[in-house]
Amino acid sequence: MTAPVEFALLMLGVLGVLVLASGVAALLRARVDPGGTDPVIENLVARIKAWWAMAALLAIAMLFGRAGVVTLFGLLSFAAMREFLTLTAKSRADHHALATAFFIVLPMQYYLIWIDWYGLYSIFIPVYAFLFLPIISALRSDTQGFLTRVSETQWGLMICVFAASHVPALLTLQIPGYEDKSILLIAFLVVVVQSSDVLQYVFGKLFGRHKIAPLLSPSKTWEGFLGGVFSASLLGAALWWMTPFAIWQAFVISGVIAIMGFFGGLVMSAIKRDKGVKDWGHLIAGHGGFIDRLDSVVFSAPIFFHIVRYFWSSV
Amino acid sequence: MNARPFLAGLMAMAIELTARLITAVRGVWDGIEPVPEKRVYFANHTSNGDFVLIWTVLPPHLRKRTRPVAAADYWLTSKLRAFIGRAVFNAVLIDRNPETRTDDPVTQMAVALDEGQSLILFPEGTRNTGDTPLLPFKSGLFHLARARPDIDLVPVWIENLNRVMPKGEVIPIPLICTVRFGAPLRIAADEAKDAFLARSHAALLALDEREAAP
Repeated sequence: MTAPVEFALLMLGVLGVLVLASGVAALLRARVDPGGTDPVIENLVARIKAWWAMAALLAIAMLFGRAGVVTLFGLLSFAAMREFLTLTAKSRADHHALATAFFIVLPMQYYLIWIDWYGLYSIFIPVYAFLFLPIISALRSDTQGFLTRVSETQWGLMICVFAASHVPALLTLQIPGYEDKSILLIAFLVVVVQSSDVLQYVFGKLFGRHKIAPLLSPSKTWEGFLGGVFSASLLGAALWWMTPFAIWQAFVISGVIAIMGFFGGLVMSAIKRDKGVKDWGHLIAGHGGFIDRLDSVVFSAPIFFHIVRYFWSSV
Repeated sequence: MNARPFLAGLMAMAIELTARLITAVRGVWDGIEPVPEKRVYFANHTSNGDFVLIWTVLPPHLRKRTRPVAAADYWLTSKLRAFIGRAVFNAVLIDRNPETRTDDPVTQMAVALDEGQSLILFPEGTRNTGDTPLLPFKSGLFHLARARPDIDLVPVWIENLNRVMPKGEVIPIPLICTVRFGAPLRIAADEAKDAFLARSHAALLALDEREAAP
């Protein structure tokens, strides 16, 4: 895999932003919190460190091309499903269905993307897993909460595996004049959606007045949402040179990505509220769990995939 | 001749890696700190993997000096199990059958404590596969506490492992597990058996309720 020159440029940009963020955090800490006791500053420092690790991991995976990205997102799906199914309803009768979901459905979905079988990977979980996993559960004859159990398992698979797998699936798109560059679509998606998360947070902190869903997610405000989505769209437009899109197209598509990402966070917050937890997990310092970081990517990836496939792809 | 410790080390690493991959297990020290002191950790028992999880979340320098107390009739049934039980975990193997045993289990445990080791104990005496969160304790914990009254008894609640690997299943389901260590307790000078067992039972169960609280 030879990474396109655009990839190197983007990585330089990301590196610059991270260096800047670490510098600002170090300054803040020295000024405001020399003892390292302020929880807000400590959380910021932990978050930035985790960003370094995440950026490095994604960059390394991308250097290995399709194998790297498919493996990375397969592992992320595994970690996300582990978090999701920890909180869902299940009984002993679901043991075989859950084992099938983890050890057959999940690897199969990524294998299908690896061999580029669009016709099957786009329906494998919505059709085959959807019909067969409840059969496996039903065979054990425990009807207590049956519909809740099978629905929550299917929801976990759709979010953590099916939707997430649309990120590596971007590599299978064939776009005339954009051969061997589809890895840049992943970089574009991840940079826009993650920047949008951060920018929404920043705009919300600076100008946030009017809450969108006060009971569900008190930190989400109209000011943060609009400011974050608009600035992320501008960022996406400024990255048009690494995509097959014109500038205005990159702007619109980035807006769609950012909006989907926002609502992904909202929906996943609703599930956390329902299950009575604050974070999905504890494995990424400062961020919570894998799903806390992936929720926006997962909601935007399938939509981004289908926009690009419909309007640009030749297959 | 030196292959055995090397193999045991490899096996220990493989077991720890598997435990972390399947359960992403996290130790929560809630009322006590992980410092090198002789202790008896007593925990709820729902799965054969219980002591593996406690062992995994202990810092390595404590892990080396902590021995699970386990049933000889389970751990000596095959060569592999005997190797894991003895060489990897250095288990204190006790005979659960009073008719056949030659060593007194409480004496065996007290000897290990006197040698400076900590112990992991499951006072329910058997795996809990029913719906009650915690079975009544057998008297072993009481007799051990009486024999060595100056040792901290640390309640340890293992959350979720029964769902990862219910009795009779072979393939584990990856789910996040928590191991919660609570404030230690000791036996009082004139404390009766039933009172002590009820108190230690309640202390362990309280850790579950803390987990469930919103």
